[in-house]
Amino acid sequence: MQFQLDVNGERHALDLDTRTSLLDALRDHLGLTGSKKGCDHGQCGACTVMVNGRRINSCLTLACMHEGDEITTIEGLGRPDDLSPLQRAFVEHDGYQCGYCTPGQICSATAMLDEIKAGWPSNVTGDLEAQVEASIEEVSERMSGNLCRCSCYPGIVDAIRQVAKEEARA
Amino acid sequence: MTLETTRRLKHDTPDTDRRLDGMAQGVLGTGMDRPEGPLKVAGRATYAAEAHPEAMAEGYLVRAATIGRITGSNGDAIRAMPGVIEVIEDERMIRNAAQGMAGESPVQKQGQVWYVGQPVACVVAESFEQARHAAQAMLVTIEPDGTHVFDAEDPAAEVEKPKQKQLDQGDLEGAMSAAAFSLDATYHTPSMSSAAMEPHASVAQWDEDGALTLRGSYQLLKFNKAELADVLGVAPEKVRILSPYVGGGFGSKLGLAPEAVAAALAAQALGRPVRVVLHRRQVFETVTRRSETRQRIRLACDAEGKLSAIGHENLVSQLPGEVFSEPVAQGTHFQYAAPNRVIGHEIARIRRPAAGSVRAPGEAVGVTAFEIAIDELAKKAGIDPLEFRLRNVPDKHPENGKPFSSSTMEATLREGAKRFGWTHTPPRQRRDGEWWIGTGMAGAVRVNMMIEAMARVVLTGQGARVECDMTDIGTGSYAILTQVAAEMLGFAPDRVETVLGDTDLPPASGSGGSFGAASTSTAVYLACMELRERLAAKLGVKETELTLKDGLAIHENRKTPLAELLGEEEWRALGHLQPGKAGQEVRQATWGAIFAEVAVSDVTGETRVRRMDGTFAAGRILNLKTARSQCHGGMIWGIGLALTEAMEHDPRDGHMVNRDLAEYHLPVNLDVPQLGVHFLEERDDWANPLQAKGIGELAICGSGAAVINAIENACGVRVRRLPATLDQVMDGLIAQG
Repeated sequence: MQFQLDVNGERHALDLDTRTSLLDALRDHLGLTGSKKGCDHGQCGACTVMVNGRRINSCLTLACMHEGDEITTIEGLGRPDDLSPLQRAFVEHDGYQCGYCTPGQICSATAMLDEIKAGWPSNVTGDLEAQVEASIEEVSERMSGNLCRCSCYPGIVDAIRQVAKEEARA
Repeated sequence: MTLETTRRLKHDTPDTDRRLDGMAQGVLGTGMDRPEGPLKVAGRATYAAEAHPEAMAEGYLVRAATIGRITGSNGDAIRAMPGVIEVIEDERMIRNAAQGMAGESPVQKQGQVWYVGQPVACVVAESFEQARHAAQAMLVTIEPDGTHVFDAEDPAAEVEKPKQKQLDQGDLEGAMSAAAFSLDATYHTPSMSSAAMEPHASVAQWDEDGALTLRGSYQLLKFNKAELADVLGVAPEKVRILSPYVGGGFGSKLGLAPEAVAAALAAQALGRPVRVVLHRRQVFETVTRRSETRQRIRLACDAEGKLSAIGHENLVSQLPGEVFSEPVAQGTHFQYAAPNRVIGHEIARIRRPAAGSVRAPGEAVGVTAFEIAIDELAKKAGIDPLEFRLRNVPDKHPENGKPFSSSTMEATLREGAKRFGWTHTPPRQRRDGEWWIGTGMAGAVRVNMMIEAMARVVLTGQGARVECDMTDIGTGSYAILTQVAAEMLGFAPDRVETVLGDTDLPPASGSGGSFGAASTSTAVYLACMELRERLAAKLGVKETELTLKDGLAIHENRKTPLAELLGEEEWRALGHLQPGKAGQEVRQATWGAIFAEVAVSDVTGETRVRRMDGTFAAGRILNLKTARSQCHGGMIWGIGLALTEAMEHDPRDGHMVNRDLAEYHLPVNLDVPQLGVHFLEERDDWANPLQAKGIGELAICGSGAAVINAIENACGVRVRRLPATLDQVMDGLIAQG
C-alpha cells in the first residue's frame, strides 16, 4: 500500500505491507531506529513516539493509518550535539543504563509534561480541581507505562522533575 | 610499524602500591556522565537489530508446542507462502541459550524437543511481516517420547545430589537440640526471568571467504565467538561478533542464544544477510531463566543470639544436559559464623525451559531467604535483628579459616542503620489509614571474582584510545574504562576514546558475575602502566616520579607536553590480567546492608515500599554515578523478587504461562520510592591493583529480604513463599484476626 508519513517535519513516501506497524515503518523503512522494540505488544513502552503531540505505543498501531498525522520520534527531539532539556537531564541524572528503553522514556516524558501542564489528572491525583504538580508520585505514576529493567526509575524521576521545575520557572 | 608491548599480571598477591591514589587527573571515582550518553538519549546508539546490510532477509523462529521426537513438518507448504525464501530445519539449531562462559555449543536440536517452547525451525522471508505470518502457520509434528516431570518437588522427579556441593561440619542436629532458640523453616522462590529490555537479535552475514560477521546482543564476546564457531563447525578465526551496545543482559546474554545460530545458518544457506529477532515471548522461553528454589534453613543460637548452627539445604531445577545449577548457598558458606554447618544442594532434572545465571546467581535468592530466616530467629530470641547480625559477624571464613580480603559487614550494617534511622519495634504498632507501616532490614553479600582480561591502549600526543571486546550492558564500561585510562595517562576524559564490543579487538573479560569492571579495568590499568614506563624511560626518570596531567608529563617542575614527547607517533600497549592465587588464598566478597519501610494494606494485602536505603562496600568505586545506578537496579530487583516477579509454569507440560511483560510483573516506576544509596570508602588490596570490586549484583543479594522482613514488622504476616502476593498476605492477615 502506498501512503505518506510526516515524521519529524519531513514527508516520506512509503509502499509497505499493510501489516507493518508504525514502529517497524520507522525502524526498518525510514532508518529511524531510535524508537525501540521491546515487546511488540504495547507492554513495555520502549516504542513510545508522539502522534499529534500525544504519546502512543507505535508497535500497537499500523503505519498506514497515520497519513496526515504529525509524528515525532526521539530523533526529532534533539541530536547528540544538541540535546533537548529532557535528554540532557537524563544524562546528568543517569536516568538510563543500557539505553534501550530510554528513547521511549524521553518521548513519553516529553508528552507527559504537556499533559500535566494541560491539567490532566492521573490515578494518584488527590484534588481534581487544583493545578497538578510534577510531584514524585505524579511523575512516577505517569511514567509507569515505560518499563526499565535496569531499573533507573529514581534517576528518571529526578531528571523529569528537574526539567519540570526549569519549565515552571521559565 | 608501531611497537606494541605487553604488560602481564598473574594476580597472586595483594597490591599495596595503590598507584591510582597517586595519580593527578582527578577523574576516576567521580560521577562522570557516561560518554555514550548523548548517543543513547538521542536514539543514535545502534543495537543489534538495527544493522541493515543490503539484501537482508528476515527470519522468524518456530516454536515447539509439545515435547518429543520431531517426525515431520509442513515445511514445503510454508515455502510456498508469499515472500518465503526458505525454511531452516537444521539439526544444528540449539535448543536453548548456552550457559555463561561455556565456550562450546549447548545441546543441539538433533530431532528432539526437550521442553515446550523450544525453537525447532526458522522461516526466512523477504519481509518481517511475511516471515512472522509463515512461521505462525508452520506445523511441526512431534511424537511423544514418554512421560515427563515438570515440578522439582514432584516425588517422581529425578534428583541429583553432587558430592562436591554438600557440606557437613560439626553436629548440626546436636546444636539444634541444645540451642536456646532454633528455627527450621522452608522457603520458596519462584522461577524468574531476566527480562532485559532489548530482545535478543542477530544479523548474520558471510563473506566469500567463508567468514561470518554477526551483529548480536551478547555479554561475553570471546566465549560467544567460540560457541558460535563450535555450533557451526567452523574455525573461531572465521567468526566475528559485534556488540557495541547491549540493551540489558542480567545473565540472559551470557551465552549464545538460538536466534544467532538460526541467523548464521540461514545466511549461510541463502548466501545473503539474515536477521533474526526473538519475539518477547521467545526471549522468555529460549533464554535461560533463574531456577525456582526450595530452601530448608535451620538455625540455632544461644540466649545471647550467638549462632551455633547453620543449615541451608536447597533444591533447584534444570533441564537434562545442562551443567549449571543455581548455587543457592554461595553466600551462606561465609556470611555468618557458626561452628556446626550443613549445606545441601540438589538438582531436579525436569522439563521446564533451561535454567541459567540471572543477576547474582546464588546469592540473589539464597541470601534473600537466609536473611529472612535470620530475621525470624532474631525475633524468636527477642533481639533487634540489626544487633543479632552484629553478634554473628565472622572474623574469618567460617568453614576453611581463610581470611577475608576485607570485611565490611559490620561497617555497612552500622552505617546503614544510622543513615536510615533504624529503631526496632514489635509488629503491628504503626497504622496509617488502611495501611500497616513497618520497617525491615537485611544484610547483603556477594562473592567477588576476577576473570582473565586483555585490553589495548593506544597513546598519541593528543589523547588515548582503549580497545577491547568488552561489552557495556548498561553497567558503565564505556565510562569507567575511559576514566581509568584518563586517570593513568593524565588526560581529560574527552581526550580518551573507548572502543568496545568487537571480537577483532583484544579479548577482555566480558560482562557477567560483577567481574567485568574490575577485570577489564585492570587490563586497561596494566596497559597504561606500560605506557607510563615507556614515557618515564624516554624522559629518563622513574615511573613513580612521573606525574601525568592534562596532556603534560610533569617531573621536578619540568612540564613536557605529551604532544612534544610523542610527536606524530602512536604508542601501543597491551594489558593482560590473569587471575591467580589472590582469588583462592582469601575470601573476596562485597558487603552491604539494606533497610526498608513498607505499608501493607489491611484491606487488600497489597504491599507498597515507602522508603529504602542501601549502604555498600565494594572496594574503590570507579564511577559514583554508574555505581549508584547499579545499586538502584539491584535494590529494585529486590523489590520485584519480594513482591511481584514469578514465572508460572503449567503443571501439565511445564510451559511458561505468563511469558510476556504484561503478565510477568517487573517493578514499574510507581512501585519504587526514591532510593538512598551510600558507599563506604574502601581499598581492597587483594582484589586487584585498582582495589576495586564488583558492584553490579550486590544490591539484589538481600534487598528482597528487607522488604519481606518489613512486611512482618508492619502487619505480623511472615511470608516464606516469594513473591509476597496479595492473596498470601491477606490469608495471613485473616489468620491474625
